[in-house]
Amino acid sequence: MRVKAFSLLAILLVFSTFTFAQQGKREKQGFNAGDFVIDEVLDAYWWHIASYKGHEIAVPLPVIVHSKLRNKWFFFWSTKLYHDKSYKGFFISHVSPTKGKIVERDKNGNLIRPLDLSITKDVLAIWISIIILLAIFLPISKRYKKKTLEPPKGFQALMEPIILFIRDDVARASIGEEKYEKFMPFLLTVFFFIFMNNFLGLFPFFPAGANVTGNLAVTGVMAFFTFVITTINGSKHYWRHIFWSPDIPWWLKAPVPLMPLIELAEVFIRPTVLMIRLFANILGGHIVRVTFVALIFIFFIGFGLAAALGISVISVFFIVFLTFLELLVAFIQAYVFTFLSAIYFGMAVEKEH
Amino acid sequence: MELLTPGLGLVFWMTLSFLLVLWLLKKFAWKPILESIKQREEYVSQSLEQANQARQELEKVKEDAEKILAQARREREEMIRDAQQMRSRIISQAEEDAKKAKQRKLEEALQEIDAAKQNALKEIKDTVAELSIDIAEKVLLSQLDDKEKQKKYINDLLKNANLN
Repeated sequence: MRVKAFSLLAILLVFSTFTFAQQGKREKQGFNAGDFVIDEVLDAYWWHIASYKGHEIAVPLPVIVHSKLRNKWFFFWSTKLYHDKSYKGFFISHVSPTKGKIVERDKNGNLIRPLDLSITKDVLAIWISIIILLAIFLPISKRYKKKTLEPPKGFQALMEPIILFIRDDVARASIGEEKYEKFMPFLLTVFFFIFMNNFLGLFPFFPAGANVTGNLAVTGVMAFFTFVITTINGSKHYWRHIFWSPDIPWWLKAPVPLMPLIELAEVFIRPTVLMIRLFANILGGHIVRVTFVALIFIFFIGFGLAAALGISVISVFFIVFLTFLELLVAFIQAYVFTFLSAIYFGMAVEKEH
Repeated sequence: MELLTPGLGLVFWMTLSFLLVLWLLKKFAWKPILESIKQREEYVSQSLEQANQARQELEKVKEDAEKILAQARREREEMIRDAQQMRSRIISQAEEDAKKAKQRKLEEALQEIDAAKQNALKEIKDTVAELSIDIAEKVLLSQLDDKEKQKKYINDLLKNANLN
């Protein structure tokens, strides 16, 4: 079995290098694997489902932009921008650094980004995940309130071990018995929010499949919340440890405040790493799986239908395998983000010992 | 490059949405859920404690019961002993009384016998006197010539009198 898998991989590798050599040809035919993959994992103004004979089957989303040039708000459906159309001076840019974003032109012909608060694919995906979270936890909560002393049942029984795990092994273990309760709502929300979005990202079609947690804006906001909570809960001990740690010899603290600077940098590095870790892990998973899809197109264009069908078997096999792997990653990354947040909160509230 | 430039709009909506879901879940899910779990855990530990207490109490009650039982047994034995003592006392008393009564009756009988004997003796004496008088009368009346015959006759009379 293993030998077979290896030989399959070898064949795959040979073919893919071969197809890379034909990149120019493919571009002429309108398929760029790189763009295809990146487009799949990027945020978008509509939720693309399929293309059929030149028609886009997509969920249109509202565009909300404020033009700085005209000092005016604009609201319209993203259908107005399909197929590179322009609407009221707005269109989607094709050149860096504004590539893929709505832009308008000033008098000199420069591309200007308006203030863009559009409900994009990722925003909708976030709202869908929020609705699912509420749909799961509000009925559970009701049952908890009504039948407090009864053993958990159904979905409640599925969620309770996870909630207890976050409470006992994450919050209590990292923050301590006295102060953990204050941080529980944030930790639970972060965990289930990340897990739900990671999980939904595994399914390829609307209303799932958006790359939410593989977007820096999303992970950045959550990491920022962790940073803010850590900072406003910082005890005297926490700040003293940063600026004048008693464990460090004086010549590392004065006259050149080497260690304090490093410690202070760490305060910002921690949430940054939190942001990047989740982003990179989920993005990586998405890219790999989309790449296997792109492989089918590459084979179709390079070698025809038979080759594409052949490779699709392998691709689908790998995609299924990777999806199961990513299911594990979805849980682990949600756990890691929550756990590290809890550790940072624990450091912030730690008392003198 | 587009991957690494977070969209401002997404940051805005994410912040808003996350705060909203945090608030909603905190208020309507996490607080009641955690509170309920805590209550249930407290209830379970309380119940365990109560069960423990009940067991201890039960043991104490058992001990008490055993004590009471032992005391009852002791008392019963005492009562039985007392009863036995009383019985033997009553029996011995009764025996003694019976003996005394018997003695008294015996004495009375003896006295009566004595009295009867005295009476009899007195009667005998009277009879003897009467007989003597009779004999003497007869002797005197017969005026026998034969001295020897007289003697013999007196002896016969006496013999007859004695036999009576």
